[in-house]
Amino acid sequence: MNNTEKNYHHSKDHRKVIQNAIIRQNYKRKMVNRVFTGVTIACVMLAMIPLGSILFEVVKNGISAISIEFLTQPQGSIIRGDGGIGPAIQGTLLTVGYASLIGVPIGVLAGVYLSEYAGNSKFAYAVRFFNSVMTGMPSIVIGIVGYIVLVITIGSFNITAGAVALSIIMIPIVVAVTEETLKLVPNSIREAAHSLGIPKWKVTLFITLRSAKNGILTGIVLAVSRVAGETAPLIMTILGTSLFFQGFVSPVDALPLRIWRFASQPYEHAHSFGWGAALVLIIMILSLSVLLRFLVLEKEFKLGSLVKK
Amino acid sequence: MIGAAGYTLFMLVLVATSVVQGSMPIFSLEGIGFLFSTEWNPVEGRESYGALPYIVGTLVSSAIAMAIGVPISLGIAVFISEISPPRFGTPIGFIIEILAAIPSIIYGLWALFVFRFWIVDFIERPLYEAFGGTIPLFARTPFGLDIFTAGIVLAIMIIPIISSISREILKAIPNSQREAAYSLGATRWETVWKVLFPYAKAGLLGAAILGLGRAVGETILVTMVIGNAVGANAIPDTLFSPSQTLSSIIANEFNEAITVFHSSALIALGTVLFIVTMGINIGARLLVSRMVKVTPGAKE
Amino acid sequence: MSSEEYANTSSYRLSSLSYTKRPRYKVSVQNLNSWFGSKQALKDINFDVKENTVTALIGPSGCGKTTLIRCLNRMNEMTSGAIVKGSVYLDDIDIYASNVDPVIIKRRMGMVFQKPNPFPTMSIYDNVAAGLKLNGIRDKVLIKEIVEESLKGAVLWDEVKDELSRPGLSLSGGQQQRLCIARALAMQPEVLLMDEPTSALDPIASAKIEELINELRKELTVIIVTHNMQQAARVSDYTAFMYLGELVEYGPTKQIFENPQKELTERYISGKFG
Repeated sequence: MNNTEKNYHHSKDHRKVIQNAIIRQNYKRKMVNRVFTGVTIACVMLAMIPLGSILFEVVKNGISAISIEFLTQPQGSIIRGDGGIGPAIQGTLLTVGYASLIGVPIGVLAGVYLSEYAGNSKFAYAVRFFNSVMTGMPSIVIGIVGYIVLVITIGSFNITAGAVALSIIMIPIVVAVTEETLKLVPNSIREAAHSLGIPKWKVTLFITLRSAKNGILTGIVLAVSRVAGETAPLIMTILGTSLFFQGFVSPVDALPLRIWRFASQPYEHAHSFGWGAALVLIIMILSLSVLLRFLVLEKEFKLGSLVKK
Repeated sequence: MIGAAGYTLFMLVLVATSVVQGSMPIFSLEGIGFLFSTEWNPVEGRESYGALPYIVGTLVSSAIAMAIGVPISLGIAVFISEISPPRFGTPIGFIIEILAAIPSIIYGLWALFVFRFWIVDFIERPLYEAFGGTIPLFARTPFGLDIFTAGIVLAIMIIPIISSISREILKAIPNSQREAAYSLGATRWETVWKVLFPYAKAGLLGAAILGLGRAVGETILVTMVIGNAVGANAIPDTLFSPSQTLSSIIANEFNEAITVFHSSALIALGTVLFIVTMGINIGARLLVSRMVKVTPGAKE
Repeated sequence: MSSEEYANTSSYRLSSLSYTKRPRYKVSVQNLNSWFGSKQALKDINFDVKENTVTALIGPSGCGKTTLIRCLNRMNEMTSGAIVKGSVYLDDIDIYASNVDPVIIKRRMGMVFQKPNPFPTMSIYDNVAAGLKLNGIRDKVLIKEIVEESLKGAVLWDEVKDELSRPGLSLSGGQQQRLCIARALAMQPEVLLMDEPTSALDPIASAKIEELINELRKELTVIIVTHNMQQAARVSDYTAFMYLGELVEYGPTKQIFENPQKELTERYISGKFG
């Protein structure tokens, strides 16, 4: 050791100075710490209030509008409060279903490709990157695209344009979740299957996907729920009508769209119909998650019997 | 399967070409001046459109949303990650996620019929009465359908995203940093502010920017509370003025636009939105991924 | 009883005896028990540490030595589910008493960890000064003096004195560890706790740190956990041998290594297990 370093010796003064500073500052620092903890708790409370209020208001205001007529009939005279949102409910179910038929297979296939086959090629990198960019795309822009590509060409507003627009919103979410979930499946499972001489596509389909099933299904439910609540892309694609489904190249109604139109009308019945429709929408979205749990549980039993074979 | 993956690339290309193509007419009519004009005259024969008011509206409403939303989100993230015991933290995180799952139309409904009145009664009116004469920001009779309300509700919408990503980022900070700080006798607040936040700067910024992207792109909610002004009137001169954003005017007018130029103007606004959100998202992802990569250990 | 015989006994101490004034011992552990959830990690630990000595805690992995040293400054509380019963006296204060603020204890006892953990966003200078600035010390001259002193004390000053504004992470592993030691020293602790400080370092860096520990004992009390018996033999005055959460034997290092009283100790020392 050099001479300059040999004597580590700090004067007793220094120690005293530090200790005095500690004692002096301690109270203040403790108080600041307490305030800080309080502030963060306040933030959490602040975030909870809207949630509670929204759920409360939807239930409170919407429940009075619910009736069989409301749920099944088309709109009558809004001033008198006749009719209901039957076409909107049907429209949402059809449009979202249609969109899922397009979006889910493409999304899952793309996700499987990225995770199992593509690795880190330039192509895969580009797909991943642009996929994540698409997740941030405003839905109104996607609606415009749906209009340009499928409404102008077909000549009228139609359900297909809406479904395709919604599928464009769904696909990036499904791709991301599928790839993430598949990545979490430990490689040892794949290796074990390969070592049994099973061809790759079978390994992926029957072994890897099976393990990732829960995660992927959750992702799909997430994407579908998200899309069920979208309004903006529907404005210029399906337009909304007061009629039930008329065909794949005709306009159709949907819950979020209907709620939006109700909200802008001045009639009291329109407002109460709007809350009712909101309640129906929330229940539909929640039931998706509940359905997921049942599907997953059921499939687990099926898997067990397959393995025994 | 490759086709499926390729389709995702194709989608982006499709979006880009569609909006650009649709914008062509208005740009050939007005050129780049479109971006700076405040006109909005759809009367055939004398048509003139300008994007400036809506750009301003989007900027101001997002700025308000960020100013309110980012601190609250960080507070929540720090609470769940550093302060609360795990058995509270997880349920709280879950509840915040539920906030994210609510469709924006329902936010809008609630904001229009319920929340707006809270804001008017508890914030806008008092501010107007106290400062309306003196501070120009508050110098308009508030009705609740204005850019301020839009900003606040947007803040509520972006809190779940920013707080959940911030949580992940805080989780990624190695525990050894916390140990070093605590062993020096730092309080929790000091550790968070002087050690954790500097460490996670890039990632937290990325989370905030992702929230910004969401606020900029939000449409339906905005149409219901922003007051829907048009043209030069849409430039807010006070906090309590009605306004309009890029996305809200598209939603409001698209189906009513008869002339080619009107439609094209709206599509052009969509193009601006497209470019802006793409830029925001790319920037944010780069920042967040930089943070996750650069988690340094000791060099040996 | 001579102080050495006193230190030799690991006998059960009656808690009814009030040892409230222990000027002879800097740190005194009494009936310390600790659990993680339902698993007991420390069983009835009793020993005393004199001021200005170096005490080594040795034992096979899982014996509880790291748990023990982290109990000494209440760092163990950072792990969820940690429960502690018993007392640890720093001078005459039981750090586990209900009216004691754990944050204050940490300012009197510094800690150095197995893997160096300098703050990456700060320069070398700022890393060392971190503790001081946190405590509200603003006197720039004083801080500069203490930083220089601490870096000298950590045997790092000559190597970095011209580049104090470089980021803390730009140093090598051994230097980073000495930086962390300097950071702890800047707080002028009375006790320095070191948890396997050289296990992540090469032999040359380790040797430097051992020299440093030798010098440090003049100013403060050092307690060091090490899995390297030779290091314990080289560096410490007293050694405690732990096994499965119990303190098997504690005494002057010379005696433990040349004439262990317990068979278990003897077997560990001669490498028969661990």
